[in-house]
Amino acid sequence: MSNGTGDRYWARTSALMWTMFALWVFFSFVVHFFVEPLNSIRILGFPLGFYMAAQGSLIAFVVMLFLFAKRQEAIDRQEGVAEDQ
Amino acid sequence: MAAPAKSGAFLDNLGKIYGMYTGGFFGFVAILAVLEQMGVPNVYIGYGFVFLTIMVYAAIGVLSRTAQAGEYYVAGRSVPALYNGMATGADWMSGASFVGMAGSLYLLGYDGLAFVLGWTGGYVLVAILIAPFLRKYGAYTVPDFFAARYEGNFPRFLAVIVLLACSFTYVVAQIFATGLIAQRFLGMDFVVAVYVGLIGILLCSMLGGMKAVTWTQVAQYIVLIVAYLIPVVILSFKKYGLPLPQLTYGQALVDIGNLEKKMVADGLANAATLKPHITPFLNYSPANFFALILCLMVGTASLPHVLMRYFTTPSVREARSSVAWSLFFIFLLYFTAPAYAAFSKLEVYSLIAKKTALADLPAWIYTYGKLGLVTVCGKAAASAEAVAAACSAIPNQGGFLRHQDLGINTDVIVLSTPEIAGMPYVIAGLVAAGGLAAALSTADGLLLAIANALSHDIYYKMINPNAPTKTRLIVSRVLLLLVALLAAYTASTRPADILGMVAWAFSIAAAGIFPALVLGVWWKRANKQGAIAGMIVGFGLCMFYLVVTRYFPGFGVKYAGMSSLLNPVTGAPVVDLVKAMAAPNAMDSWVAGSHPLASKVGWFNINNISSALFALPAGFITIWIVSLMTPAPSQATMDMVDAVRRPRGETIMQEKSDAVVAH
Repeated sequence: MSNGTGDRYWARTSALMWTMFALWVFFSFVVHFFVEPLNSIRILGFPLGFYMAAQGSLIAFVVMLFLFAKRQEAIDRQEGVAEDQ
Repeated sequence: MAAPAKSGAFLDNLGKIYGMYTGGFFGFVAILAVLEQMGVPNVYIGYGFVFLTIMVYAAIGVLSRTAQAGEYYVAGRSVPALYNGMATGADWMSGASFVGMAGSLYLLGYDGLAFVLGWTGGYVLVAILIAPFLRKYGAYTVPDFFAARYEGNFPRFLAVIVLLACSFTYVVAQIFATGLIAQRFLGMDFVVAVYVGLIGILLCSMLGGMKAVTWTQVAQYIVLIVAYLIPVVILSFKKYGLPLPQLTYGQALVDIGNLEKKMVADGLANAATLKPHITPFLNYSPANFFALILCLMVGTASLPHVLMRYFTTPSVREARSSVAWSLFFIFLLYFTAPAYAAFSKLEVYSLIAKKTALADLPAWIYTYGKLGLVTVCGKAAASAEAVAAACSAIPNQGGFLRHQDLGINTDVIVLSTPEIAGMPYVIAGLVAAGGLAAALSTADGLLLAIANALSHDIYYKMINPNAPTKTRLIVSRVLLLLVALLAAYTASTRPADILGMVAWAFSIAAAGIFPALVLGVWWKRANKQGAIAGMIVGFGLCMFYLVVTRYFPGFGVKYAGMSSLLNPVTGAPVVDLVKAMAAPNAMDSWVAGSHPLASKVGWFNINNISSALFALPAGFITIWIVSLMTPAPSQATMDMVDAVRRPRGETIMQEKSDAVVAH
């Protein structure tokens, strides 16, 4: 299975993984480095820095995972390695 | 056997069946509410909730009994993504998450959000790095994958050791939680309650293994999420006219901020000890905050009882979307927990700020004070007399409840919300049923993970590879029973240390399993020698840090270069090392939690709860170096990795006896 198509499949899968990984790093850590400046912004009473840790990042994780499942399935189909093809 | 036909009809009608179940549950709550209004005593309402829900779980468990290995270990790989997501949610959210998380957020403010982030974000790693590939491999247990990828039973054995180290303390804590809830709401003796909880757990898991646990966990998820949301939704509606607590608590945060200032200005709180709710890094230094997030997330992605849930989906594709659904269902609870904390804090701070005289304290303080969970002036608030006596011993106390006088155990926040908000008892009973569902479902998943590792990995794969399916399943069930009894016995002794160790499970799993698991999929060159060395180094270093900082702190300081942890606000050491090391008990072994150095020393000011911060990179680097120094894995193994990476094709590990009935 190590033909050209197969390698391209894994390259695209890896690229998607790294994209998601970078987003994960951003929403898990990077955004919270700035909690103090963000806290000076208030939305509906929520200080933004607090909000990001309590809800914002969580929503981002959920959305990311649904997008990931969709994108990866598209890659599977385009590269001909989906289960039901 | 009629089982396959029946399970086919069952799988086709999941939506209808669980829809009816949810409707039935609401109807049941309504009936109990009516009974309460008619004057039925509270204790019967409580019994009604606990026994009826446990009976339903047990009935599902018995109906899902099976004699097939594939059904017993991986639910026949037929669980749709959405339902597996719910089951994972129940599997994941423990009694402590349900009962204690909001309380931790109450006490820690912003810093407590490390737990909210840490226990959700890990699912991103599960989805992108691990779960789809393990599903494609077709393992029954996580150690199965280690044996195949790292060519032998020694890596399998190491994975089993790590699994046991992280899962056993965890399951003890769950059984402890069931006992505590039954004791509090039913007035049962604690030890009796523990064994009653044990029966509930065994009925769900023993006959049907993973299949039974899956379908009970779905039912348990529905109960726990309804029970968690209802009280806080009512509270939000009462206070702000909008039944969306996750939105309205922004206003509560503003009000809390104002009350904090008012309490200090009125002399009802000490500016030095009052920690403003939204201010970060008052309890954890920034480094500890981020280290904790990392360890909890990576630990999530390594805990075998979570990973094995993704072995049950019908396809690789469904495994991926199932992780997304899991996180969605977990998110529903975790993004509500901070709202619970904020509403409770608002309630308590309002009470203090309006200068409540000690004689006029509300009833809930005594309800939980009697259980030792609320203290006033440093003593359990068992009665008005006890409070008056305790406070008169404090000079210049003033006769009013002050912020520094009140101590609240983390478990009180969720359990007492219905009472504090003046809701009928039926809501409190609902919360008890929810907490029980959370603890039972997690205990089921953990027990199954432990018993499967012992029966499948140790007995079948290492001791008796020729055992027929029937023998294997009998061995499984006997081991499940023995592990459950041992866990229940341990819980019944109320082991303070074991409960404290639960938080360690995440670092242990992260350090012992994560590097070898991820590199096994993502780096073909990783080989047997590298994995063995990496697992020993990662797990060993993690255990060393945990055990030395907690039980041998004197040795850590003297021989391992550890220093005192620092106060996150002032940056001053929390213990005077020179003085503590000169004390006669400095070099004691197996010290108690009260020892002046216990869990107060470490490297680079990192709390032991985040010990994977050191062990995780050590594990990765060891695998990398040792793999490159030793021969590459065989071509067969490399081909297997290729096959694991592609969704298409049969699973790699095939169960001989079940291959035919898998679909």
